[in-house]
Amino acid sequence: MSASGHEAGLFRRLAETGRRPVRLWVDGQPIEALEGDTLMVALLTQGLVLRHSEFGDGARAGFCMMGACQDCWVWTEQGGRLRACSTTVIESLRIVTREVPWPALP
Amino acid sequence: MASPAVIVIGAGPAGIRAAARLVEAGLRPVLIDENERSGGQIYRRQPAGFTRPASALYGSEAAKAVALHAAADALAPRLDYRPGTLVWGIADGAVLTQRGDRLERLPYAALILCSGATDRIMPLPGWTLPGVYSLGAAQIALKAQACAIGSRVVFMGTGPLLYLVAWQYVKAGATVAAVLDTSPSRRRVLAAAALAARPAVLAQGLRYLAGLRRAGIPVLTGVTPLRIEGHGRVAGVVVSDRAGRERRVEADAVGLGYGLRSETQLADLAKARFGFDAVARQWLPETDADGRSSVPLVYLAGDGAVVRGADAAELAGRLAACAALRDLGHAVPEEEFSRLRAALRPMSRFRQGLENGFPWPGHLAAMLPNETIICRCEAITAGAIRRTVAETGAPEMNRAKSLGRVGMGRCQGRICGLAAAEVIAAARGVPVEEVGQLRGAAPIKPLPLTAELGPDEG
Repeated sequence: MSASGHEAGLFRRLAETGRRPVRLWVDGQPIEALEGDTLMVALLTQGLVLRHSEFGDGARAGFCMMGACQDCWVWTEQGGRLRACSTTVIESLRIVTREVPWPALP
Repeated sequence: MASPAVIVIGAGPAGIRAAARLVEAGLRPVLIDENERSGGQIYRRQPAGFTRPASALYGSEAAKAVALHAAADALAPRLDYRPGTLVWGIADGAVLTQRGDRLERLPYAALILCSGATDRIMPLPGWTLPGVYSLGAAQIALKAQACAIGSRVVFMGTGPLLYLVAWQYVKAGATVAAVLDTSPSRRRVLAAAALAARPAVLAQGLRYLAGLRRAGIPVLTGVTPLRIEGHGRVAGVVVSDRAGRERRVEADAVGLGYGLRSETQLADLAKARFGFDAVARQWLPETDADGRSSVPLVYLAGDGAVVRGADAAELAGRLAACAALRDLGHAVPEEEFSRLRAALRPMSRFRQGLENGFPWPGHLAAMLPNETIICRCEAITAGAIRRTVAETGAPEMNRAKSLGRVGMGRCQGRICGLAAAEVIAAARGVPVEEVGQLRGAAPIKPLPLTAELGPDEG
């Protein structure tokens, strides 16, 4: 807990915390999520950012959570794109919150 | 190749009931849904392995949710059901779909669009900060993931969802800092007669409000949102209250929404004719009482046609299927039409009451500071839109998009379109209907570069 009383992440879990842990890698660091988490929840229960606006106006952490706004994209280490609100975490997923420099597409 | 099927897009209340009626008539329709699990947004299901009961997820609507899910599950083997599938275009009598890396083109005998709705958003300074979400998002986080969007949440906007989601957060144990409603409470008094068309729903809404007050949550009506403050994350919300005093509420998250807007891009791609709906303050596809669009054999039902809520969507989905069946030469008893139409009438009246009681605050667009981001995809500000209008004379949305990029981003104006129209209208000094609406363009959502047509397609 920080001085302001916030937990480390943006989101707060209220229930369903007895699920099996799933490990994934974010910007090279391991984090633990829970089975059934969306990637968005996995990242934002312990962080504040999903991506950075391409136009330099700051960090973004999604908005609509229903696949309409496209503002929660994160990238796999291979350069693939995932919509964090509608992607379920899987064991050993490796993602980066900064865009992989073009041309890294397969 | 088999002859084209009837295709239903969207597996929420409208789509499920439409598909069910088609199956009753002996058809095997295609049901396409972007979500992995049926139910739509309102009756969205939690993932496998979650254990909360339906009563905790859907409150007073639990019985309806359970019934709809059961109907969908029983129906699935009798359908060509395609969950997790995006419809990204409609052209030449076929829908264009994508799932993973696979693209398909599916011709249809008739098409029933049940595309639902998303939050109606009026931007304000700070709304792109991490921690600001649509009301719908705040509800999905809770319902589908058992999470609150923050540790101290402000709900701001207007409409029944504002109070519902705030109350759901309180009940789930989250901390709600305040409910800030732009609609003055006298608007609800004026709309009371129309809202009384559905007394049980009205009473439910009043119970949420009473519950919030009992829980000691400040509820302010008639506010003017000024800004969301914070660096890198939300720190507080500043509004001007009814009396014109500036009020700041400390918070680390905001649920923002001003009612719902119909998701109409697919109807546009299907070439349906639109008209400006003075009640919704939005361009909507024109339909007859049974859901027929201006295009033969293309139908609309549910919130994607007009926002009347889930109960109306179930009825309208069935009614649109009846219309499609009749137009395809199947016998449908006249009594079924008249019964469904009659059941929808009070819902239409109630919807007018809601729009009048919780009006879209389009007038706020004129007051937004120039540096306010309107289009979050491309970071286009209110000032940039005003400059485009002033310098190029762009008279309507599509010119403003071409010349100033507003609405050109990945969301295709789904989030910013209504507000951008208000900014343009205010800058030109004309009513918002005069600036038109953004034309839909395929693909309506981004497709992976790796996607390919199947071997027997294209």
